[in-house]
Amino acid sequence: MKISKNGTAKSTNDKHTLSVLVSYNLNALLRIIGIFSGKGFEIDSISFGSGKESNLARITITTHGDEQIIEQITKQLHKIIDVVKVNDLTYDSFVERELALIKVNATRSSRSEIMQIAQVFRAKVIDISPQKLAIEVTGNRDKVNAFIGMLDPFGIDEIARTGSVALKREFEGTV
Amino acid sequence: MKSIDSAETDDATPSSETAFLNGAEILIRTLKDINVDTIFGYPGGAVLPVYDELFDVHDLNHVLIRHEQAGSHAADGYARATGKPGVVLVTSGPGGTNTVTGIATAAMDSIPMVVFTGQVPTNMIGNDAFQEADIVGITRPITKQNYLVKDVNNLERVIREAFHVATSGRPGPVLVDLPKDMIQNKCQYSGQKEVSIPSYKPTREGHSTQISKAAHLLSNAKKPLIYAGGGVVLGEAWKELTDMAERLNIPVTTTLMGLGGFPEGKPQSLGMLGMHGTYYANMATTECDVLLAVGARFDDRVTGRLDGFSPNSKKIHIDIDPSNIGKNVPVDVPIVGDVKKVLPAIDRQAQKPAIDDWWDTINTWKKEHPLIIPESSDTIKPQLMVQRISEVTNGEAIVVTDVGQHQMWAAQHYTFNHPQSFLSSGGLGTMGYGFPAAMGAALGCPDRPVVCITGDGGFQMTIYELATAVEYEIPIKIAIMNNNCLGMVRQWQELFYNKRYSHSILKKGNPDFVKLAESYGAAGFRASNPKEMDSVLEQAMEINDRPVVMDFVVEEFENCYPMVPSGAALNEMVEGEE
Ligand SMILES: Cc1ncc(C[n+]2csc(CCOP(=O)(O)OP(=O)(O)O)c2C)c(N)n1
Repeated sequence: MKISKNGTAKSTNDKHTLSVLVSYNLNALLRIIGIFSGKGFEIDSISFGSGKESNLARITITTHGDEQIIEQITKQLHKIIDVVKVNDLTYDSFVERELALIKVNATRSSRSEIMQIAQVFRAKVIDISPQKLAIEVTGNRDKVNAFIGMLDPFGIDEIARTGSVALKREFEGTV
Repeated sequence: MKSIDSAETDDATPSSETAFLNGAEILIRTLKDINVDTIFGYPGGAVLPVYDELFDVHDLNHVLIRHEQAGSHAADGYARATGKPGVVLVTSGPGGTNTVTGIATAAMDSIPMVVFTGQVPTNMIGNDAFQEADIVGITRPITKQNYLVKDVNNLERVIREAFHVATSGRPGPVLVDLPKDMIQNKCQYSGQKEVSIPSYKPTREGHSTQISKAAHLLSNAKKPLIYAGGGVVLGEAWKELTDMAERLNIPVTTTLMGLGGFPEGKPQSLGMLGMHGTYYANMATTECDVLLAVGARFDDRVTGRLDGFSPNSKKIHIDIDPSNIGKNVPVDVPIVGDVKKVLPAIDRQAQKPAIDDWWDTINTWKKEHPLIIPESSDTIKPQLMVQRISEVTNGEAIVVTDVGQHQMWAAQHYTFNHPQSFLSSGGLGTMGYGFPAAMGAALGCPDRPVVCITGDGGFQMTIYELATAVEYEIPIKIAIMNNNCLGMVRQWQELFYNKRYSHSILKKGNPDFVKLAESYGAAGFRASNPKEMDSVLEQAMEINDRPVVMDFVVEEFENCYPMVPSGAALNEMVEGEE
């Protein structure tokens, strides 16, 4: 057991959220993914999009492993010529969001129950048909997982998830 | 998403045709501008525009190798011997894929190299065009960086960037892919020498607190040891290392890649450590209380079983690559930086430790467990072969090896007193490396004798390069340790697989190496006993206008010792059979 900076106990297989700033090109993204496949590290989710500067992209990767593995991942990412910065947000307070679109079976009798659940999760119904509902939910991974868990008994048809995007918090309270 | 070509600039519209050069001209002009003097290459359809340009160029050596794999090894040998980046030029498709083994070899040993590959025209990329291969994709895991240049306006900048990346920080191979239409397009040549890659700034100076800690540990050590790796040679820090080790009188062991980084004639030298290291180096590593690792990476061939590796020492690790530090072995004092800068900084602060007892122990080990050259008057013992080569060349040669028993015997029995003088594929262990790498070394260092110590197996993997060596009158001495088998494989089969010599005996198919050499126009000799060997060596050293092949028929079933069996700790060496 190691203790992280903010004092909470860390197990050896903790989840980490890495935020990587990199030149906006395909080779850079492929090199980053190559580090994970070539060296046997794991990617739980990855998202890629432009950052503040148009020539840079921000990649958010969620992964897991013990301290030594995470340290190697960070160092290996740093070695990539196009990588400007690697931040392991896990030790900071940070905001993390994932978006999921879920298509679920909804009969006349179950539709209102599903919509109630969606309300609790502040999810939005974005498409509706006599047999199905499509719902959009945003939140951290756990919340999205919990929402999917609640819908499961109704019969989920399809899911599309973005993977996490994250930024370091400036304000230390909750918003 | 943008394509690979990073930071594309807008197409410049040519104002006057004459001020503009085509891509091929820009390539050659830029290479000359960064003082490239030698290219190892092989032509083909996609790079014909470059070859057409080369036809009139006389101040840039193009060496026509006979296979692109050998070309990449030759460039690697050139780089290791000179410290300058090796350069390769090949065509698309098979030309590029043939370089892959050489690129991977260079990557594992951190060798600076720039490989230019032809590519099909940009509008045909992805169409499975004739001789198309996604060489950027294929080589991504084995290059430090690679580029597909689609716009000629980026070409000059990318070439300069490629050389900067290959040679700075922890060096490594870089590949630049050149579509045929791009190298025929024209643009302005800038001559702008500065390279700026905002995301790439390798650390050079070590952290001062860490340096003080290291100096303190060394000053107070009772049993210190320096473990020097290839980083000392690549970082050109051999003088700094020698000064410090001599002043503090601390013993030094080197890895295979570090050989020559510390002169083996000095009393502080313990030779090589690791799987086939000396008894005293491995014992000192196991028993020391402070281990200073310099530009080394705690490779499994060096450490043996990890929990038995130097169990009682505080470890200081200097390396330019942070990802090397703490990767295999936990380190007490990590120092990220250039060894050439960090070593003198430690030296300035460290006091000479009081270690007379430690030296007594080490000297006893040295006396009681020296490296052994078995006696024999009628057959050539492989160890003797290396020792005689060492004597004949006064330890002044550049020694290049293949992979196998001969490689380990060369490392053990040649007395290396100079850096950049032992060239060997340490990380990837590439058979076929030796001979072409020796050619590259000889072309880079024409004033130094070059000896390739190879096996009858490994030599045959790139033997066709005799044509190149003859054409360019490269006077390398090729010493085949001919045991008529894949010796190292056979040794493992003898020791660990009940002497079941599965597919490791070459005797039936081996050629007459002397006749083969002669058919290429090289000199060929054979020796089967120590007396003949001496006379062959003497004759060979006199030949200076062509390669010499020496077929030394050695004891077939000799084993290489000491040996740390895999899975054993360093101090659990087998010293020989009783
Ligand atoms: C390209 C390649 N293929 C296979 C091997 C595995 N291998 C390691 S040593 C060795 C035997 C080498 O035999 P030889 O060149 O005759 O040298 P010797 O060990 O007899 O000195 C082999 C096959 C290798 N290192 N490289």
